Amino acid sequence: MNLLRRYLRNRSALVGAVLLVAMVGVALAAPLVFPKDPLGLAGRPLQWPMANPRFPFGTDSSGRDIAAQIFYGARVSLIIGLVATLIAIAIGVLIGALAGYFGGWTDTVLMRVTEAFQTLPNFLLLLVLVAVFGSDIRTVTIAIGLVSWPAPARLTRAEFLTLRRRDFVQACRALGMGHARIIGREILPNALTPVIVYASIVMAVAILLESALAFLGLSDPNVASWGNLIGSGRGVLRTQWYVSAIPGVAILLTVLAVSLVGQGVNDALNPHLRQNTP
Amino acid sequence: MTILLLALRRLAASLPTLLIILAGLFLLLQLAPGDTVDAMMAQMGGGDPATATELRRYYGLDVSALVQLGRYMLRLVRLDLGQSAIYGKPVATVIAERLPVTLLLMGLSLSLAFACGAALGIAAARRAGLWPDTLISTLGLVFYAVPSFWFGLMGIVVFAIQLGWLPAGGFEEVGSGVTGAGRSLDIARHLVLPVVTLALIFLATYLRVMRASMLQVMDLDFVRTARAKGVAETTIVVRHALRNALLPVVTIAGLQAGTMLGGSVVVESVFALPGLGRLAYESVVQRDLNTLLGIVFVSALLVIVVNFLVDLLYARLDPRIAAEG
Repeated sequence: MNLLRRYLRNRSALVGAVLLVAMVGVALAAPLVFPKDPLGLAGRPLQWPMANPRFPFGTDSSGRDIAAQIFYGARVSLIIGLVATLIAIAIGVLIGALAGYFGGWTDTVLMRVTEAFQTLPNFLLLLVLVAVFGSDIRTVTIAIGLVSWPAPARLTRAEFLTLRRRDFVQACRALGMGHARIIGREILPNALTPVIVYASIVMAVAILLESALAFLGLSDPNVASWGNLIGSGRGVLRTQWYVSAIPGVAILLTVLAVSLVGQGVNDALNPHLRQNTP
Repeated sequence: MTILLLALRRLAASLPTLLIILAGLFLLLQLAPGDTVDAMMAQMGGGDPATATELRRYYGLDVSALVQLGRYMLRLVRLDLGQSAIYGKPVATVIAERLPVTLLLMGLSLSLAFACGAALGIAAARRAGLWPDTLISTLGLVFYAVPSFWFGLMGIVVFAIQLGWLPAGGFEEVGSGVTGAGRSLDIARHLVLPVVTLALIFLATYLRVMRASMLQVMDLDFVRTARAKGVAETTIVVRHALRNALLPVVTIAGLQAGTMLGGSVVVESVFALPGLGRLAYESVVQRDLNTLLGIVFVSALLVIVVNFLVDLLYARLDPRIAAEG
């Protein structure tokens, strides 16, 4: 309760929460507001926003309703962001926990692998994965998760390194608990808070990665993704720039919402840090 | 000298990382459906199995995966990255042609982002909690959330199409015939939008880190001492606090060198710059895995080199690091 109050007192966190709820609302409402296929022909192509009351955001060069694509795009972005983040956090926590808990040889090997992943530019690695495994929406989501785990892994490892020396862990050992139980039931709940806060950054980056991939035409062309729409608007940028402009604002607002909420949760959890960051 | 030794030791420590990357990439390639010969046969419009077997022997694909991995590593040590299927040239040559553009783009963006991020971060920290701080911090958050390719496109709409001030893409005016200073000026005009676009994302990060570290340093005892003996506030910031506050920003800049390379893929595609990033995009579209892997290998090398340079810079900024050795 205290946490919620502290969160709500923070103005930017509140803005973030409102934006995020609005985006989720848009995503949920998509099939109700636009029952037809968002990628189907809706009307004359390249009508400016508001020119035709049926299309408040206008139509793109293939005559598809931009508003419908924005609504369905919210689903794609949020789902990809969420699932990719879950994958990244799951891998990161597993590797970080094992490395931090066991230390020594295990730690060295796992951290070398993490370092290798961090040395590779993640967008390039994403390109390699898409080039090898194809750009089906599921593949893209898993690929984004696969390139995003190193930072959560390092964070988890750091937490485990300090926690494993605490008395309660020694007590668990003395009681004869197995490693799996100590890691999963005893240390993990204590180590998870910073990782969950960091998940907001992973999600923001995941949404940006997917949109960049879709913009380049390397993501799934059969879903209404904001990045796809921006990419398809490139050809008419000279005259109908709104086709690319509108979905960009949608991405911006979504990523902003996710980062603001993450920061708000972080500030609410660590009130003493807020003295430095008003 | 100790600094150099220390940095060299770190460089040597990154060799196993490089080995893991290479082995991982090789394994990934094994997972790809079809091999080089399949792709070549498809390009030739099919052929009989005897030719395929012959080709596999020629390209060394008839031996076990482990032997292939060994040969692959040996070739990479000699910087032999194989042949590019779409350009019909050695991959190393193709990459060498494209690398300068990317290095120029990255270098300029990094400098711009670092300078502006540090300046804005200091400005925000000095007025912490007041409206300039709120404005700068909000701008930082928005910059972070902007997809770079979208910012680039909007830059083209405003500055190239509506105002006509800057070119919309390309590295230089083809066939203009200008040389020397004229050519440099032409390239500079072409690079304004891409550099600003790529710098923007990093600017947001540097700004935030700089602001936080500046606030932290300004609270330390030595700053209070300087204030107590009557040093002017500007002198305190520039001479005393800045050097200490820059350390975390340098760390972040090194860590993000890879991200910047990834970002250049998108930016180079938006502005049709003939750099490494665009080459990566082309090789994905054309399924030229040899070239793509070559680019990834060179990128990893580049990131390791950047981190080496960051280590050196770090020791220069903080002499204690070299002293601890």
